[in-house]
Amino acid sequence: MGKSFIKNHPTLLIFLALLALFTLGVTIMSEAYGTAFISTSFVKTLGKTLCLCLVAIAMDVVWGYAGILSLGHFAFFGLGGYMVGMWLMYERTQEVVLRSLENQVIPPTETEISDAIATQIFGVVGSADFPLIWSFAHSLTLQLILVVAVPGLLALVFGWLAFRSRVTGVYLSILTQAMTLALALYLFQNDSGLRGNNGLSGLQNLPHVTAPQSEISMWFLWASAAALGLGYLFFTMMLTGKFGMVVKGIRDNEQRVRFLGYEVEHYKLFLFTVTAIVAAVAGALYYPQAGIINPAEIMPIASIYLAVWVAIGGRGRLYGAVIGAAFVSLLSTWFTGGQAPDIPLGFYTISWVDWWQVLLGISFVLVTLYAPKGIGGLFDLLKCKEVQK
Amino acid sequence: MKRLFFACLAVLAWATAGQAEGPLQDILQQHRALIEKPSRTSIGPAINDIASSGLPQAQSMLQAWEAKNLWQRDADGLFFIGKAAGAELTLTDVDTGEALAPVEKSAAEQLKPNAGVRKLISSALVQFQLSDPDETRRLQSLDSIARRPEADHLAPLQASIETEENGAIRARKERLVKLLSITFAETVGDRVAAIQGVSGDLNLEVRAALNPLLATTRKVTDQIPAGENVAKIMRLGKDLTEEQAYAVLVDAGFARPRVSPTALKDALAANITDGTVGGVPVANLTDLEARIRAYTALAEAGTVPPFVTDDEFREALRTHVIYDAYNEPNSDVTNAAKASLKAIDLNVSMNQAMDLGLDALSLASIYFLAAIGLAITFGVMGVINMAHGEFIMMGAYTGYVVQQFIPNHTLSLVVALPLAFIITFAAGVAMERLVIRKLYHRPLETLLATFGISIALQQLAKNIFGTQARPLTAPGWLDGAWVLNDVVSISFIRIAIFVLAVGFLCLFLFIMKKTRLGLETRAVTQNPRMASSMGINPDKVNMLTFGLGSGIAGIAGVAIGLFAKVTSELGNDYIVQSFMTVVVGGVGNIWGTLAGAAMIGTLQKGIEWLNPSNTLAAQTFMIIFIIIFIQFRPRGIVALKGRAAGD
Repeated sequence: MGKSFIKNHPTLLIFLALLALFTLGVTIMSEAYGTAFISTSFVKTLGKTLCLCLVAIAMDVVWGYAGILSLGHFAFFGLGGYMVGMWLMYERTQEVVLRSLENQVIPPTETEISDAIATQIFGVVGSADFPLIWSFAHSLTLQLILVVAVPGLLALVFGWLAFRSRVTGVYLSILTQAMTLALALYLFQNDSGLRGNNGLSGLQNLPHVTAPQSEISMWFLWASAAALGLGYLFFTMMLTGKFGMVVKGIRDNEQRVRFLGYEVEHYKLFLFTVTAIVAAVAGALYYPQAGIINPAEIMPIASIYLAVWVAIGGRGRLYGAVIGAAFVSLLSTWFTGGQAPDIPLGFYTISWVDWWQVLLGISFVLVTLYAPKGIGGLFDLLKCKEVQK
Repeated sequence: MKRLFFACLAVLAWATAGQAEGPLQDILQQHRALIEKPSRTSIGPAINDIASSGLPQAQSMLQAWEAKNLWQRDADGLFFIGKAAGAELTLTDVDTGEALAPVEKSAAEQLKPNAGVRKLISSALVQFQLSDPDETRRLQSLDSIARRPEADHLAPLQASIETEENGAIRARKERLVKLLSITFAETVGDRVAAIQGVSGDLNLEVRAALNPLLATTRKVTDQIPAGENVAKIMRLGKDLTEEQAYAVLVDAGFARPRVSPTALKDALAANITDGTVGGVPVANLTDLEARIRAYTALAEAGTVPPFVTDDEFREALRTHVIYDAYNEPNSDVTNAAKASLKAIDLNVSMNQAMDLGLDALSLASIYFLAAIGLAITFGVMGVINMAHGEFIMMGAYTGYVVQQFIPNHTLSLVVALPLAFIITFAAGVAMERLVIRKLYHRPLETLLATFGISIALQQLAKNIFGTQARPLTAPGWLDGAWVLNDVVSISFIRIAIFVLAVGFLCLFLFIMKKTRLGLETRAVTQNPRMASSMGINPDKVNMLTFGLGSGIAGIAGVAIGLFAKVTSELGNDYIVQSFMTVVVGGVGNIWGTLAGAAMIGTLQKGIEWLNPSNTLAAQTFMIIFIIIFIQFRPRGIVALKGRAAGD
C-alpha cells in the first residue's frame, strides 16, 4: 500500500481532489455558508446526485467488474432510504404529537403517546397500530444498523439462492428484476407496514434540529460527498490486487476461474452483498434530501436507469460510473425540469419534457452499439494520443 | 199489501238499476260504503270480490283505484274512472270503458285510498299481471315478486301456473312458488318440504330465501326460556373472549360498564383540585398505575363510580348466558334450512373451484399469449428482447387506431389483427437489422440495447397518444358471458383469448415443425455455421424469425387490449411475467412455455383465492415462489437435454 498504491491508481487521487474541490466550491457558493450564488434546492439536487454517483459505483463494481448485471440495486437503495425514513418519520411525528399533547390537563402516558404517533403515521392507510417492523423505529442507532442489515441480508439470501443454482447472465438479470418488482409490489400494499403507495414523507425535516433547510442541505451534501469519497476509496482498494484480478477473471471467463480452484460463487455473493450495502447507504443519504420515498421509486425501471448511467459513463472503471450518473441524472433534471428550451419546428414543437426520454433511450442504444466503453472511453482515446505523441 | 208492493218496487228498481249499470259497477255498488271510506282492515272483501269476479275490466279499474283515479259521481253515487284536466273531468264507465261527456270537477269526488289499502289493491293486481297475455308483463311481475316476496303473492302465483303456456315462464313460476313457500307456506310441513326441495340449488334467489331463516339475534339471559329456538350458546374463551362477553352484558343492561382508559382520564381531568387528583399530583399521572391509584382514591371518596372488580366481573359472566337465537321460532324449519344451506354451500364451493379453474385457465392463456412471441425470440433464438412488451403495446394501439377509422367493431378487429402483425413484424425486422444483429454474441448488451428501445418506444407512445387509457372496444358479440349457473360464468372475451392462444400454439407448432422457415430456424439456432454451409442464409432466417415473434406479440397486443387498459405502460405489465413464463417453462420449448403459463396462471389465481382482497400480494408471492422454484429446476419445467441444451 502507501505510495505504490497511489501511484498505481492516479485516478483515485484526482477523483478525491476533484470531489473535495467540488464540495468546497458548493460550500462557498451556498446560501448557508457562502455567497448564496446557488439555491438550496440546487444544493439538494447536487447532494442527491452525489448519492446517485455512489450507487452507480456499486452498480459498476457488480456489473462492470464482476459481470453480474443486477437489476435490483436500486431496490437496495430504496430499502436503505426506507430504513432511515422510518426513524425520521417516527421522531418527527413524536415531536409533533408531544407538542400537541402538551396542553392536555392530564399528562399523557407512554401508550397514549405511542398510539397517537401510530394514528398520525398510519392513519392514511386506515390503521392505528405500529406494525412489527417499526419496533426499532424509535432508535436512530438500531435503525442505522438496519440500513445495512436489511438490504445486506436480502442481498445475501437472494444472492445465495441465485448463485448457488448457477443462475448467470441474462437469467440473473431477469431474476433480479423480478425480485425488485416483487419488493415494489409488496410495498405498494397498504398493509405492508410502510404506508403503501403513500410512502414515507416529510423526511427533509430533521427531528430536534432547528437549523434552516439551507444548512441541513449543506450537511447532507458534505455527508454525501464524504460517503462517495469513502466508497470510491473502499472499492478501489478492494478491487486492487489478487481479489480484483479474480473478480475480473470471473467476468471474463467464469468457468476457467472455477477450474483454477476459486470459489466463484463466494466471490460473487460477497460482491453482490457488499455493493447492495453500499447502495443502501447511498439511499439512506439520498431520501432525507429528497424528502419523500414511495414504492414507485424502486420499480424495476429505476434499476434499469442505474444500468443506463453506468453504461453511458463507461463500465469497468469507477470514475466512469460517477461521470455517467452525474451527467445523465443532472441532464435529466435539466430536461424534465422544463428548463431546456423547446425547439419549434413550425408544424410541431419539440418539448424536451416529452422527448427527453426518447432521446435517452436512443442514445443508450447508440452507446451500447457503438461506444461500449461509454464516456469513460474518451479518456482512453486521450491517453492513446499522448502515447502516440 | 201496500208494503209488499213498495218492497217489490224497490227490489225491481234496484235490479233494473243494477242491470243497467253493468256487472262491475254492481259489485262496486254492493260495497259502496266500504269503498267510500276504505280502511286496511275492512276493505278486504270488497277487493276480493272485484278481483275474483273474473271480469276482464276489473284489472283496469283496480289500477285506476290504486293510482287514485277512481271518482264517484255525486248525483247517483256511481263509480267512474276519471281523468281531470283543469276544472273539467272526463269520466269513463268502469264496465264498458266508454268516455262520457266532460263534467265539472265538483260534480264528482275523487277516491283517495291510503297506503295500506293501495298495498292490498296492488297485491290483488298481481294475479292479473301473472296471467297477462303479454309475456314481458308476466316476467316483470315475476321479477317484482322475486324482489319483494310477500305472503299474499303465493296463492295467485300458484293459481296462475295452471294456465301458463310458456314453458320457461312456467318453470320460473314454479320455482318462485317453491321459494315463497319456504317462508310463507301455511304449515310447517309444507315449509320444510319446500326447504328440502331446494337443497343443493345454486340459484342466488334460493340462498336469498334461505339465509333470512337462519338470521339470529344475540340475547343475554340468566335462564334460557322454554320454546326458544337456540342457534348457539356462546362459550367463554372460545366463541367470545371474556371482554367481549362482558361488553354484551353491559349493552344488555345486565352489568355495570367498566371504566375505559378514556373515561378514566376524563374522570380524572374533571376532578382536579389544587393540582392533585385523589392525592396524586397531576404531573405524576403519566402512567396507568398512578392514574388507577388516583381514580381509586376518587372512588373511595364517592365522586366517581368505583371500578368493576374482578369478582364482580366474573360473577356477572358466571350468572348469565349469552346465546344466539333464531328469529324463526320453529326449530324444524331452521334445521331443514341449515341442512339445505350446507348442501348448497358444498355445491357452491365445488362450483367455485371450477370457476377458479376457469379463471386460472384464462389467465394462463393471457400469459401464454403474451409470452409466445417471446418463446420464439428468446426461447428459440436466445435473443433477449426487453422491448417485447412494447410490441404488445404497439399491437394494442394499432387496434385502437383502426377503430378510429372503422367504426364497425367486428370489421375493425378483422382489419386490426393482420395490420398489427404487419406493423410489429416490420418493427421487429427493423430492430433485428439495426440493433440485435450487431450484438448476437453479447446477450447482456442485447438486453441493455432493447431496454433503450423500450424506454424510447414507451415515451413515444406517451407523446402520441397521451397518458390516459385509450379504449379498444370489443365487438358486441364478444360482450357478455357464458353463464353456467349463478356461480360459474366466463366472459366471451376470455373464451376468445383461450381460443386465440390455442390457435397460436398450433400455428407455432406448424411453423416450427412443418415449414421450411421452421426447419431453417431450428438449423440456424443449433449450428449457424453448419446451417450456412448447407445453403441457408442465417441472417435472413434470424430476421424473419425475429419478425415472426414480434408480429405474434402485436396480435397478442390486440387481444390483450380488448380487456386491459391500453396505455403506454401496457407492455410493462406483461414483460416480467412473460419472461417468467418462458424461464419457468424452460427455454427453447413451446410446451415448456405452455406449462409455465399454466403454472403461473394457476398459482396466481390460487394465491388470490387464499387472499382475495389483495392481488398485489398475490403477485409478490408468486414472484417469490418462482425465484424459489428456479432453485430446484434452474432449466425450467421442460428442460432441454443433451446438445440442444447448449453450454
